[in-house]
Amino acid sequence: MQSKVDAWSYVNKQAYDFPEGLHFTPVEYIWIGGTGQDIRAKTKVYPRVVTKLEELEEWNYDGSSTYQATTENSEIRLRPVKVVKDPFRRPYGLLALCETYHGDGTPAVANFRFVANKVMEKAKSQHPWFGFEQEYCIYVTRGTNYKYPLGWPEGGFPTQQGPYYCSQGASYAYGRELVELHQRSCAYAGITYAGRNAETMPSQWEYQNGPCEGINSGDEMFLSRYLLRRCGEVFGLDVSFDPKPVKGWAGTGGHCNFSTEKMRAAGGIAEIQAAITKLGEHHNEHILLYGEGNEQRLTGKNETSPIDIFSYGIGSRAASIRIPNGCNEDQKGYLEDRRPAGNCDPYLVTALLVSTVCLNGEFNQELIDAYKSSKARSLAPHH
Amino acid sequence: MGNTVYFTGEIYAEMMEKGKTSNWSYVDQFTYDFPSDQEYTPIEYIWLGGTGEDIRAKTRVYPRNITSLAELDEWNYDGSSTYQATTENSEIKLKPVRLVRDPFRRGKGLLALCETYNGNGTPALANFRTICNQIMTEAAAEKPWFGIEQEYAIFVTKGTNYKYPLGWPEGGFPSEQGPYYCSVGASYAYGRELVELHQRACFYAGLKYAGLNAEVLPSQWEFQIGPCEGIEMGDHLWLARYLLQRAGEVFGLDVSFDPKPFKGWNGSGAHTNFSTLAMRNENGIEAIHKGIESLQGAHKEHIQVYGVGNERRLVGACETSSIERFSYGVGNRAASIRIPFDCAAKKCGYMEDRRPASNCDPYLVTGMITDSVCLGGKHRQDILQAWNDFQKKSIAHH
Repeated sequence: MQSKVDAWSYVNKQAYDFPEGLHFTPVEYIWIGGTGQDIRAKTKVYPRVVTKLEELEEWNYDGSSTYQATTENSEIRLRPVKVVKDPFRRPYGLLALCETYHGDGTPAVANFRFVANKVMEKAKSQHPWFGFEQEYCIYVTRGTNYKYPLGWPEGGFPTQQGPYYCSQGASYAYGRELVELHQRSCAYAGITYAGRNAETMPSQWEYQNGPCEGINSGDEMFLSRYLLRRCGEVFGLDVSFDPKPVKGWAGTGGHCNFSTEKMRAAGGIAEIQAAITKLGEHHNEHILLYGEGNEQRLTGKNETSPIDIFSYGIGSRAASIRIPNGCNEDQKGYLEDRRPAGNCDPYLVTALLVSTVCLNGEFNQELIDAYKSSKARSLAPHH
Repeated sequence: MGNTVYFTGEIYAEMMEKGKTSNWSYVDQFTYDFPSDQEYTPIEYIWLGGTGEDIRAKTRVYPRNITSLAELDEWNYDGSSTYQATTENSEIKLKPVRLVRDPFRRGKGLLALCETYNGNGTPALANFRTICNQIMTEAAAEKPWFGIEQEYAIFVTKGTNYKYPLGWPEGGFPSEQGPYYCSVGASYAYGRELVELHQRACFYAGLKYAGLNAEVLPSQWEFQIGPCEGIEMGDHLWLARYLLQRAGEVFGLDVSFDPKPFKGWNGSGAHTNFSTLAMRNENGIEAIHKGIESLQGAHKEHIQVYGVGNERRLVGACETSSIERFSYGVGNRAASIRIPFDCAAKKCGYMEDRRPASNCDPYLVTGMITDSVCLGGKHRQDILQAWNDFQKKSIAHH
């Protein structure tokens, strides 16, 4: 059978080349589907040069095919909110991240950016910054029903955890090609890719996205997730953000590093302490919105805190919140919320952090309601 | 003896099956490069064969630089090898009607879409462009625009007799529909390489390629061609279909325009978006409704020419309307005609005829729609006559 990489190499050699007087700009409209985790996309070709968000038109799609609408009333609007360059259609292609709306203007199922944006607007003056540590596992897939982690012996287990974290060498580091391709793609798109490392579970990796301010964090997270799966296609590999792929082995988290302007300023450690106190008062609300299946991951083992207990510590990876040693020494900086799962919705996580810490919980209920209502309305088959 | 290698038949077969892309990468290294006093232009003459679905082509090399349609000669071919003529009276004329750049012969090659004619001057079997052109010329003042959403499924093929959809487990089924539409990721999106290659090829040829997306059936995709005015729609769509099959060859994949590859799974359509100048202007919604009325009055006739096997697809489920009943609605994907939300809101725009199957002939579809809406059905009987003649006389096995 054809090697996918050879196939893509061939495609990439066919440069974008138009007859004189013509120009086509392919724009990939990207949105979140009805499970809250399925990223969907389709291409709209503009018959002219397009480079900016303002030049993009609203569009729509068949929501009955993404668990978001019925066939009789299927149209859902796509409203572009962020544009970056498309690394897979160099040099003209664009990626347009979109919000989804029904005809009557209400946000569609799984559109949490709508509420998150309100929260970020209100807290603008506090300049909330976020840095996510997105973990994921690489899988070899055969069609839809069969997959196993890359590098693992099919149907079995590799040697126990220990040698894999930040490893080198073919025995331990699996899939670096995908990781590297993803990094270069994010760089081309201008996404704030701060770093990456091999993780504790073999075939597991992590990249860091940030620091991003406000709503931009969720935007960049979803774009980088889209790019990750798109890069995987090139190699015939898929990635999973499942919080606990294999019992007894490390889980997959989405630790969120967070700070406000005051935390970053001199003496900010007091702000950090105050924030932690507030987070402690709203623990259960945060857990609710921090990703499904998280209870399998937050067990108190494998460098996690137990899901029902709120804790914090300096340099501790067994706590809900970790204050980095450096921040303690400098008496300012940021905190690390280690509770979010790898499959969390970053709009919900960042908005809830801001609402609890910066706005005295003002939007907490609205966020929870939006989440519950979306789940109830979603037409996705329940797992 | 040294390093001589003899290619056995086995090695060659393996090369052809496993390394098609590397083969083509190699070929592409040989750029068009002529001695200084010579000039060659390879022109691919493209036409439609006697099943109404088989695209045929052959190359003619002109020993000079060619850049315009007017410079091309008419040609001819053996119609008895394409289900269009008998051996005794086999010659069919090729009349070039549109010239575009050839993406597979970059820098030099051109593609020439052709009409086919019998020796006595009548259109050959499966040539519906002639009658469509007549209709479009008569209705030109109304400026009919079209956009067709061409769906198709990608198949892995072994020779002529065996194939299964790309990405499916051989002999079985993948997980049920839901995750594939507009998907990303190796678990759900199968064959994007072919799709992207096709896009770039269409751009290079200057076709009005408007977009693409992964579809509901796994291995199924869609691309959109438009907006095209009049005869341009059929021309651009046939050229795009040619390029799609040609692109598939590079990867050893074939595409199917069968309207219902699998029972119970989504079918493949060629939804045709349509508008006239009146519909696009202010308050055009009135013209849209008038147009829908005209279509309603000729439902069965339209269905006849909207693709063979369409009754397997238009079953009233899987986002189709029932083939028996004409219906329409705003934002409704279960109706024959859908009026997009935006058009209803702005009170002008276009309508979407969701009935045509993916294997339809766009000349017949656009001709029929234009005739019904703009010319009061004046040519309807001629179209149906031509279609029925074709069904009867075609020597192809259906």
